[in-house]
Amino acid sequence: MLRPIAVSELLDRWQFAVTIIYHFLFVPLTIGLGLLVAVMQTLAYRRHDPEWDRLARFFGNLFLINFAMGVVTGIVQEFQFGMNWSNYSVFVGNIFGAPLAIEGLLAFFMESTFLGLWIFGRNRLPPVIHLATIWLASIGTILSALFILAANSWMQHPVGYRIVGHKAVLANFWAILGNSTLWAAFAHTVLAAFLTGGMFLLGISVWKLVRQGDRAFFRPVKLAAGLSLVCILGVIVSGDFQARLMDEQQPMKMAAAEALYNTEAGASFSLLTIGNLSGQPIFQIRIPHLLSLISTVSWNGEVQGINQVQAAEEARHGPGSYIPVIWVTYWSFRSMVGLGFLILIVAGWALLLARRRRTDLPRWFSWVALAGIAMPFLANTAGWIFTEMGRQPWIVYGLMRTSQATSPTVVVSSVAVTFGGFVLLYTVLGVVDLWLMKRSALRSLSEADEAEEDEEGEDRRGSAGAALVY
Amino acid sequence: MTGPVASLNTSWFALIGLLWTGYFVLEGFDFGTVLVAPFISRDEIDRRLCINAIGPVWDGNEVWLIVAGGATFAAFPQWYATLFSGFYLALFLILAGLILRGVSFEFRGKEPGIRWRRSWDWSMFVGSLLPAFLWGVAFTNLIHGLPIEADGLYRGGLLGLIHPIAILGGLAGLSLFCLHGATFLTLKTTGELRSRARRSAAALTAPTVLLLAGLVVWLALEGSPTPNPDGLTGALPLALAALGAALVLLAGWGRLHNDDWVAFALMAASIVAVVGAAFTTLFPRVMVSTHAGQSLTIWNAASEHETLLVMTVVAALFTPLVLAYQAWTYYVFRQRLERPAQRRDPGSTPAGAR
Repeated sequence: MLRPIAVSELLDRWQFAVTIIYHFLFVPLTIGLGLLVAVMQTLAYRRHDPEWDRLARFFGNLFLINFAMGVVTGIVQEFQFGMNWSNYSVFVGNIFGAPLAIEGLLAFFMESTFLGLWIFGRNRLPPVIHLATIWLASIGTILSALFILAANSWMQHPVGYRIVGHKAVLANFWAILGNSTLWAAFAHTVLAAFLTGGMFLLGISVWKLVRQGDRAFFRPVKLAAGLSLVCILGVIVSGDFQARLMDEQQPMKMAAAEALYNTEAGASFSLLTIGNLSGQPIFQIRIPHLLSLISTVSWNGEVQGINQVQAAEEARHGPGSYIPVIWVTYWSFRSMVGLGFLILIVAGWALLLARRRRTDLPRWFSWVALAGIAMPFLANTAGWIFTEMGRQPWIVYGLMRTSQATSPTVVVSSVAVTFGGFVLLYTVLGVVDLWLMKRSALRSLSEADEAEEDEEGEDRRGSAGAALVY
Repeated sequence: MTGPVASLNTSWFALIGLLWTGYFVLEGFDFGTVLVAPFISRDEIDRRLCINAIGPVWDGNEVWLIVAGGATFAAFPQWYATLFSGFYLALFLILAGLILRGVSFEFRGKEPGIRWRRSWDWSMFVGSLLPAFLWGVAFTNLIHGLPIEADGLYRGGLLGLIHPIAILGGLAGLSLFCLHGATFLTLKTTGELRSRARRSAAALTAPTVLLLAGLVVWLALEGSPTPNPDGLTGALPLALAALGAALVLLAGWGRLHNDDWVAFALMAASIVAVVGAAFTTLFPRVMVSTHAGQSLTIWNAASEHETLLVMTVVAALFTPLVLAYQAWTYYVFRQRLERPAQRRDPGSTPAGAR
């Protein structure tokens, strides 16, 4: 059943997977924490509240450490389509290139320019303009998500195109921006990104409140718990909507999510499986009718099985396997959903505790909240692994196979060198980034203030002099 | 396939030329600043002044590259595909450099330790050196010609890109960026640091002009490897290249008169002229092939009309906006960076020790 994959294609895929998963560790936190820093700074501004101001700067510092990593790993993504996937680039350039270019022009310029103004303009811009810069940067990050998802959604569900020769050509730009897949994915992804920021804020604030006894972090606990709860509910609702779209647009992916081999009415959903996934499990926990409910919104709705979709795909696209790697789709889907519900519990719990216990949260809860930081990162990663692996063997669903998409001129040894290089570079930078994050997060507010004073104190007293931020 | 000069293909070629011009004018002084800084800094404060001079703008400058890449992908997919896959390892080195640079700026000041900061100084130096050199190599190859085959692909690998004239192109670019950076630092600093930046700019002027002139003469003598019947007639590319070199000399004259703004503007204009020379030489080709009739051109590498049209509308709407707010950033941070009055070296004072 499994088609042998060429080594070069395998390396290309691994490199893309590793670099984009790594990149997407930083992106959601940038989007989420960017918004939260903007909110905190707004609270500080509106209420003339110095405590929110210190908090905004404290989390702003963590935001910047993370942002730098997101930016530099993002440039790689912009180049990699041409580098490793040149056949793909030629095939889709007419369509896929447009949202990518627009993302740069509209979103990246906005993010980077206004963030530069925000970092260096604190003492130079009027407070309300300084506040506007972080909002504009935050809006830039969200716009960026919209356009890159427009590109990805077109790969999941191509619309608004014609095939001319060996290329997909733009027929209707509005169809690409109006793609139902895009708006479902946008809601799901951006809410998940806000959630990532919220749980990050929650974890660190609880830790500092409980372990370091810093009362200033009580208000962020409430803010973070409330926002996270709203966001996770939104993530669940939008995810449910996505599942129905997926059932209609990519039935194989839905079937692969459940490892459902044969079409079934009133299909159940398995929480977990021990043993193999091909129909003879050793042990399974199943919830009756749930899969039908998720994918068709009806108790006895029919969900197509892998074998039936495979037959239909063969009839349409010719012989071959159209089945993704089932254990990957099955477990990544479960990890994503499971983590989502775990987050729901943690966020709800935190909100309850914060409302009832006032400032003295129980000590053990700091560990729960700390673990809560990791959950959205894992869920985001699992979700993307599911959605990208579930589309295989297609790179553009129904139009181009991944095996046809690679660069014919790039030899295996070159990819091996760059793959090794990226892994090495990313590992070192990841360790440094985590270490720096941890150190900066553990610093108390007054220490953070002092460090900042130390760095730019001279400037605050002087007027036209240097703002030595870096 | 060819077509009229006044067409969407031509305007997209021009726009991509403009994006690269913006990138080299802006990131050019970023590169140069980092590369010159170690040679003109006497202490930690000097170093920080140099880095902070580009601090608010480096990231926005780098986006010009991303947009140039994205615009090439959208408007000329075959160019994007052949260039990026053909220059695979070179681009990896550029990416590695840009990654190192970017995190260095952000991480360096986050910890006070001297070893921490020296490490990032090294990483940003190497991270700037690689792209500053390799962009020149890449563009020289585009013009000088590569064995692009009938399927529009280049299979020569990294070694096929490294040859004497390409290395000369790399050095010319490197030198131009260093000079641009030194000129920028002269404009952005005061006192002793400014004097040293100014001296390094003066020292870089002659080598830059010689390298540029050498490159242009060499390329002109060799001529195009294959005929370019649709190319721009006359001596426009040569005139632009000569103008570029002349502007470098003029910037030196501005420097002599302590007119830092004029010197910087002239250096920026010089880069505009040099990139303009590169693109007018290419036109209407985007990658020159050493095999007759197999160059990639703005016709055979382009997207269809619909994409070009949509992208034209988007570019027309948003490019002016971007230019406006980026210009505003430069206006906000127009002041020279002054050495803090208080003589204390933050680099040697651990934050916790106070």
